[in-house]
Amino acid sequence: MLLNQFLFLAAVLFCIGVYGVLARRNAVLVLASIELMLNAVNINLVAFGAYRHTIAGQIFALFVITIAAAEVGVGLAIVVLIFRNRASISLDDADLMKG
Amino acid sequence: MVAQNVVFGILAAVMVLSAWKVVTTQNVVRAVLYLVVVLAGAGAQYLLLAQEFIFVVQVIVYIGAVVVLFLFGTMLTRAPIGRDVNVDNDQKWLAALTALFLVGVMVAVLSDAFGNTHVHPTIQRTSDVANSMFSAYLIPFEVVSVLLLAALVGAIAIARRD
Repeated sequence: MLLNQFLFLAAVLFCIGVYGVLARRNAVLVLASIELMLNAVNINLVAFGAYRHTIAGQIFALFVITIAAAEVGVGLAIVVLIFRNRASISLDDADLMKG
Repeated sequence: MVAQNVVFGILAAVMVLSAWKVVTTQNVVRAVLYLVVVLAGAGAQYLLLAQEFIFVVQVIVYIGAVVVLFLFGTMLTRAPIGRDVNVDNDQKWLAALTALFLVGVMVAVLSDAFGNTHVHPTIQRTSDVANSMFSAYLIPFEVVSVLLLAALVGAIAIARRD
């Protein structure tokens, strides 16, 4: 297997995630797109770990998964709070701090 | 090696198509369910690279917990089940342009740097992960556990009604 096939897959997934973050208005879907990007990074880490025959790639991917779980928990709590206060999770409505 | 490449190709095609559906479908619940396919595909890629523990963690944490959180978030914010016309904003084309530019740059750089590098995975066992995690990476492990606790307490403090 070429190393590049994993890196290309991760690059494509990451860019689909970037598109999702930029083009979505629903806050839950933006968080889902961020998960896509984090998964792309994990594929890269694990592929490089397998390439270099070291365990470090897997360990770092585990840390990324942990941080992603924490991020989703806090992110969804914020989304629920925004929905409770403004009755909408459209990111275009959450512009209270816009100058 | 040929069989592994065939499996990789099938998985990659399914993952990219599902990821595309995650960011384009107008139905929030369906987008989250497509995300499950992408996450399972990533887990299968880890297995293809002979890294067993990360595959198990991917299934338990992502497919088991994070997706359930997403479905709860969808439910609590009363997203309409069915077609929702308002989930995309009006900078779609600019976003597509940015993503295409980014993927072009990354593919060019990666093919320049790792043009013909082959990967020959050796099995990384769970005991190797444990030995490494509790010796060389002990302090990051403790820090990340405290961070997880702080994040979960913070999530409860944010979301509770008072």
